[in-house]
Amino acid sequence: MNIADVQVVSILPQMIMLAAALAVFLADLVWKDRKGIGLLALAGALVAFAAAAGMLAGSGAPTFQHMAAADRFALVISLVVSAAAVLALLISLDYVVRVELPAGEYYGLLLLAASGMMFLGAATHLMTLFLSLEILSIALYALAGIRTTDLRSGEAAMKYFLLGAFASAFLLYGMALLYGATGSTYLAGIAAAVPQKPADPMLIGGLALLLVGFAFKVAAVPFHMWTPDVYQGAPSSVTAFMSVGAKAAGFAALVRVLVTVFPALYAWWVWPVGILAVLTMTWGNLAALAQGNVKRMLAYSSIAHAGYILVGVAAGEAGVSGVLFYLMAYALMNIGAFAALIALERAEADAAGVELARMSGLFHRRPWLAAAMTVFMFSLAGVPPLAGFFGKLYVFSAAVRSGLMVLAIIGVINSVISAYYYLRVVARMALAGPAEEVEPARCLGLSIGTGIAALGTVLLGLYPTWLFNLVQGTLAVLFGG
Amino acid sequence: MNSAGFPLLSLIVFLPLAGALLVLVWDKRAHASIRGISLGITLAVLALTLAAVALFRPAEAGMQWEEHLPWIPTLGISYRLGVDGFSLFLLPLTALLFVIAVLASWKPVGSDEASRSAVQGYFFWLLLLETGVLGVFLALDLVLFYVFWEAMLIPMYFLIGRWGGERRAYATVKFFIYTMAGSALMLVAILVLGYFAYQSTGAWTFDWQTLRGLNLPWPAPLWLFAMFGLAFAVKVPVFPFHTWLPDAYGEAPTPVTVLLAGVLSKMGIYGFVRFGLQLFPEGLRTAAPWLAVLAIIGILYASLSALMQKDVKRVVAYSSVAHLSLVVLGVVVANAQSLAGVVMQMVSHGIYVAALFLIVGMLEERRGTRLIAEFGGLWKPAPLLGVCFLIAMLGAVGLPGLNGFVGEFLLLVGLFQSVRAYAVLGALGMILGAWYMLWTFQRIMQGPAEGRNADVPDMRGVDLLVMVPLLVLIIILGVFPNLILGPAGATIDALVGQAAAVAWLP
Repeated sequence: MNIADVQVVSILPQMIMLAAALAVFLADLVWKDRKGIGLLALAGALVAFAAAAGMLAGSGAPTFQHMAAADRFALVISLVVSAAAVLALLISLDYVVRVELPAGEYYGLLLLAASGMMFLGAATHLMTLFLSLEILSIALYALAGIRTTDLRSGEAAMKYFLLGAFASAFLLYGMALLYGATGSTYLAGIAAAVPQKPADPMLIGGLALLLVGFAFKVAAVPFHMWTPDVYQGAPSSVTAFMSVGAKAAGFAALVRVLVTVFPALYAWWVWPVGILAVLTMTWGNLAALAQGNVKRMLAYSSIAHAGYILVGVAAGEAGVSGVLFYLMAYALMNIGAFAALIALERAEADAAGVELARMSGLFHRRPWLAAAMTVFMFSLAGVPPLAGFFGKLYVFSAAVRSGLMVLAIIGVINSVISAYYYLRVVARMALAGPAEEVEPARCLGLSIGTGIAALGTVLLGLYPTWLFNLVQGTLAVLFGG
Repeated sequence: MNSAGFPLLSLIVFLPLAGALLVLVWDKRAHASIRGISLGITLAVLALTLAAVALFRPAEAGMQWEEHLPWIPTLGISYRLGVDGFSLFLLPLTALLFVIAVLASWKPVGSDEASRSAVQGYFFWLLLLETGVLGVFLALDLVLFYVFWEAMLIPMYFLIGRWGGERRAYATVKFFIYTMAGSALMLVAILVLGYFAYQSTGAWTFDWQTLRGLNLPWPAPLWLFAMFGLAFAVKVPVFPFHTWLPDAYGEAPTPVTVLLAGVLSKMGIYGFVRFGLQLFPEGLRTAAPWLAVLAIIGILYASLSALMQKDVKRVVAYSSVAHLSLVVLGVVVANAQSLAGVVMQMVSHGIYVAALFLIVGMLEERRGTRLIAEFGGLWKPAPLLGVCFLIAMLGAVGLPGLNGFVGEFLLLVGLFQSVRAYAVLGALGMILGAWYMLWTFQRIMQGPAEGRNADVPDMRGVDLLVMVPLLVLIIILGVFPNLILGPAGATIDALVGQAAAVAWLP
């Protein structure tokens, strides 16, 4: 075939991320400066972000013979993932040195995972879907266990890998069933075939298995069992990136499949997705209430947030923009929260994650850090005028629009429940701290990362309009070419 | 419609925010100048609100000085502000009470050394709170209203949680969660309203004026009113959603309690009228008997509780619940006299309850305790304090000639015309009010001054500065209530007309 048919430009952000990963691996062979490699990775992620932003004005025609798409949906996901990568890299620069992680592997795997996530957002073919998912998963499995001296890290990697492999198997089987039912592996082809045989058990079985596979990836209850241990055991900067990126990519694929391929079956899949949403929100919030370890609490809280996003997914096409907005807001506030934890993590005592007690008196010792953490906590709780509130507003209004008012009600009730444990952190920071205290880390990258996240959360809350406009009508035009 | 020629309302709302940011970047050790900045900003806001009152056109019943900017067009959320006769006097009330609160915070606030020296943080949150409250009273877009309503939670959380009394951590979390839980359903109700608008007009909108014109299919107005009403019932508070109040009022520092009782509680009453009566008149009509029953229970229960209290701050707190429940009753029956009483009492109650809490604060400051049993005969060593307490207390009791009487009388007349039983029970509550207020005053001020009570210093300087304006207003508004009822008249008539159109209570 003609070389002109291969439109690499359309997947430029992903390619840049991939190239950066390879560059990091190569650089690690000769260059032993951990920070330098980190900066190289950061540069690559920034260029990828810029590429994704620059391509927003483009046409979004499907490419690679309909195996990938560069539509606005994929580009927004690329933006979210690359922004998450940039923030995660900023906060890793010092952390990698402090915890003595192997720099080349760490940064390379992170960028690889990011590229997998971005590919997943653009996938319009079952194989692309699966391959991207595997790229990001395997990179994340390795990243979870990259702190080789820590048993918890190894345990996290093992758990993630075993359960993830199971989920991938479910996903693959579901894809096989879909192919068997419709005769096509292209999402467009499946979408065309679905209306003709809506009650086909093979089709529904395939969809159900696909749901299971994706539910695992985004940590929906009851497929969430791996999340608390993996998030707590993995190094904090990895957790920060994982919690945001894997969710963004997972939700992107889920939404794309459900909304573009199975709109005819909406009346069927709204039930399992809605039930998943309720279970996930409620269980995540209730479990977080009981946590004394802030890192583990954030792990459960991210399960709860997956629940809120699932409410948006359950709203069908009306919820797509809400989901995208929420993912962007979530990226900022969640990575920010983890960044604050990283600043506090010192010594072996914190290997299991920062305990609540360590946050005592932070307002007196490091007021700006405490202020940033306050912003993240209130935003996660959904208090206006921060970004988290508008994410929830958007998602819940989509639910109301689709007639799912019950989900909205359960959602706001859960927000109130969650306020309790987020407030607990803020309250603890305001109390007086113990006399001797290890100083929280000061690192330029960490400060910049936390600052951008905090500022972003506040500004997105005050001026959400630009993002609202950006995520509007992204999946409206389905398969253009 | 911008008779002042510039965005007066936006200026009123956001000037405190600008002040808060200024305080934030100021040198945090320069306590005196921080206080000065806060005082200057709050005085400026007061001047602006008085200008708004002066420039208000009493003959118009609708919104004036409306401002409209699109904010989030895709969801139909816009930035809309406006004021009418009903909300007009809430502005200078808020502004005045914030000036008073700043003055009352002149001496360091807080129960430990760390919080007493955290002056910058205190005034930052105080000014931020003012923006939130003023925004609530002026917002005409439902989501904007909700944003201001919830945004007010964060400053309150810190003000109580950091500068409060001994059990402040417990009290502030209770306050936050309670209030947020109450308003959670309001968010869903707002979204549902926006969706109804979308269904009937094809475009999402949260504009209050537009939503008023919607025809909602029954039983939507009822349960939408219930969801909104829950949030307002927690804020006022109405029995049985009042259990956060004794702790929050008790543990908050005095200036913050003044604001809680004087201003924040009015947000609930305001909400009942603006979003209850004006958006869902049928809903309010149907829910009226239930709401009335709760209000009456509230009046009697709170009055009896006030009688039982040993802590003088809690006496005033419960009395506040009782008086405001009477106002809620006035909203429920919604006739000409009761709504006039609501408008009058919102302002009067704000003033006299602020004065009472300031007195309580002064008592606590002088003797280190709030237990009534510890006081006695304070009139001799501190006659000025006694006079101020007397006037404030009689204003609360409703002595004719003072501002409490006018509002109470109008409310009772309105109730009497509607359902006699309400008026009788309401009056009973007010009689109980006289009982516990006079008894408390007697136990604290009269009789022999023993022990440390004999050495209690009298009011001076700043104390007089915060009390005198309030007391003057108590007297003036009692003698010239038309200062308030006049400009508000047209709007009250419009409200009454709207309520009457929905075949109200007999």
